[in-house]
Amino acid sequence: MEIVKRPHVENFIAWAEDKPEVVVLTADLTNSSEVGKWRDTYPDRFFGMSMAEQNVMGFAAGLAREGYVPFIHTFAVFIYRRPYDQLAMSIAYPNLPVKFIAFLPGITTPGGVTHQAIEDVAIMRATPNMTILETGDATEVESVLDIAYAIDGPVYVRMLRGEVPRLFPKDEPMQLDKVRVLSEGDDVVVVTSGITTEEAMRAARPLADAGIGMKHLHVSTHKPFNDPVILESIEASRYGVVTLENHTIIGGLGSAVAEKMADAGSGKRLLRLGLRDTYAHGASRPHLMKEYGLDAAALVAGVEELTGSSTGITEEDLASSRVEATHSLAKAEGL
Amino acid sequence: MTTPDTAADWRPETQAVADRIRTRVLDHVLRSNGGYMSQALSSAEIFAMLYTRTLRLGPSTAPMIPRPFSGVPGPNNPEFFNGGDYNGPKASDLDRFIFSPAHYALVLYTALIETGRLAEEGLDQFNQDGTTVEMIGAEHSPGVETTTGSLAQALSQAAGIALARKRRGDTGDVWVMMSDGEFQEGQIWEAISEAAKYELDNLKVIVDVNGQQCDGCIDPSIYVDPLTNRIRAFGASAVEVDGHDLDALDAAMSAQTGKPHFVMALTDPARGLPIFAERAPLLHYLRFTSEEERDRYQQVYEEMVN
Repeated sequence: MEIVKRPHVENFIAWAEDKPEVVVLTADLTNSSEVGKWRDTYPDRFFGMSMAEQNVMGFAAGLAREGYVPFIHTFAVFIYRRPYDQLAMSIAYPNLPVKFIAFLPGITTPGGVTHQAIEDVAIMRATPNMTILETGDATEVESVLDIAYAIDGPVYVRMLRGEVPRLFPKDEPMQLDKVRVLSEGDDVVVVTSGITTEEAMRAARPLADAGIGMKHLHVSTHKPFNDPVILESIEASRYGVVTLENHTIIGGLGSAVAEKMADAGSGKRLLRLGLRDTYAHGASRPHLMKEYGLDAAALVAGVEELTGSSTGITEEDLASSRVEATHSLAKAEGL
Repeated sequence: MTTPDTAADWRPETQAVADRIRTRVLDHVLRSNGGYMSQALSSAEIFAMLYTRTLRLGPSTAPMIPRPFSGVPGPNNPEFFNGGDYNGPKASDLDRFIFSPAHYALVLYTALIETGRLAEEGLDQFNQDGTTVEMIGAEHSPGVETTTGSLAQALSQAAGIALARKRRGDTGDVWVMMSDGEFQEGQIWEAISEAAKYELDNLKVIVDVNGQQCDGCIDPSIYVDPLTNRIRAFGASAVEVDGHDLDALDAAMSAQTGKPHFVMALTDPARGLPIFAERAPLLHYLRFTSEEERDRYQQVYEEMVN
């Protein structure tokens, strides 16, 4: 598996070159949001606005009303927690084209509770006019910009930074409200997004070896959430669906799937994995993923619970399982 | 430079607009048995100055009778309209008016009526179901370009607009009307700092310093003189004037300071309606407590209009 170092840095610079209306606003965390070089490349389009997020929302709203497309870059928690009233009233209500590039989703940071955005998807899902995207690999980090830019309204992007794996081929960009089908199987459906997708991919081979058919769906659009593949797959499964999210299980991916199932009167079982109505703490990502049950082992345990039988898969099996870039099977179906 | 003779011409009309704002709002409050009275009394000259003297606006492009509510802004609502069109078209040499304390909506609507931008029948729709003439407006309401009922959000939005206009080379200003209570919110101080940093000398603010908020009086030791000095300390220019003195307002509002500019209009929340002062310190909202009280106000109203 290829690991891409800071894919957003150069990609965003190249992408923005022919878009003079794209401006960047930060709230002090410029290099931490991987736009230090962007600032140096386009100093005239960059506004470093201090630790004053409420005001950043208003400035972005004003610029958007005048035809600019502001890309606010900061940590997710400082977008949806502190300045939520400003986000909702100054930007979301008037449906202004402000793009929120929200770093450190969930437990991806050792920064602890103050820096971990664990309920952002829930809050943004409840915000009218908001589109919510989440990047799961380098290809999505690179292609999410086109999706966000094409939407004439506010877009919240759960963004990855630093060393990011490339799970999906470069020529298969993110598509709005389209899941990626990463494996086929008729026993259980597994729905993941963001960094949990790699975990499910790690579990795919051992589960197949254990005779479990897993249909793995990767979600990059939390809202809108209307891809029929999700419900069709669940209905066609033998045992039901497991969702695995880097987020509280209240209001995020698991809840979105539950709503779809309830609306359709589905009788299938749903198991929601993620943070169980708890805050987290500062520690390494692998440690936290294990502690809070967001990793491949937690998924295997979830699948075992759903199927009612043990797979015999060990931690060693999962650790030695290779993850390779995977073409979306949905593409073949779409032809 | 305006000659003294020409300058003398504008005052009677501006004062007449201010006087009519007071009487029309009082009439409305009498007929509705309640309303935001003090806001009109304190800010009548401010709105009259803005709409007859200070703002460079084109004619309204909106219908004289307000459009009914047609849904909220969103991707699936092409019917949405913005009430800023009562302030005329957007053009590089024209000003923009951003209205911050949405609880003054009744005063704004009345100012639009008194300056020929809104039919007086429009006020009959005030606070009626299905209209846009809302009690606390949103950006579909007449004269309202941005949604600011959650107080203290307008200044940052106006600064963003001013920044965009400055980059574009527009010569028009962005005017914001604020109330002094809004300065209790931290966002205002963030906004002043950044507006000063970006040298937004096209950002102009007129503040109704009436010392009133929902709970009663704003402590004057905190929110008057120190307020003006604090604004200066944050990098903007600020000047205090008598908010009922048209010449003083005119001089302060036409000043070019090279910085974001705040005109602190010190006002009397019972100006022109002395019996209202009897209710001090609770002047935020006038609701008659007895038929007798209402009759006293009715009598004063008759004297004002005759």
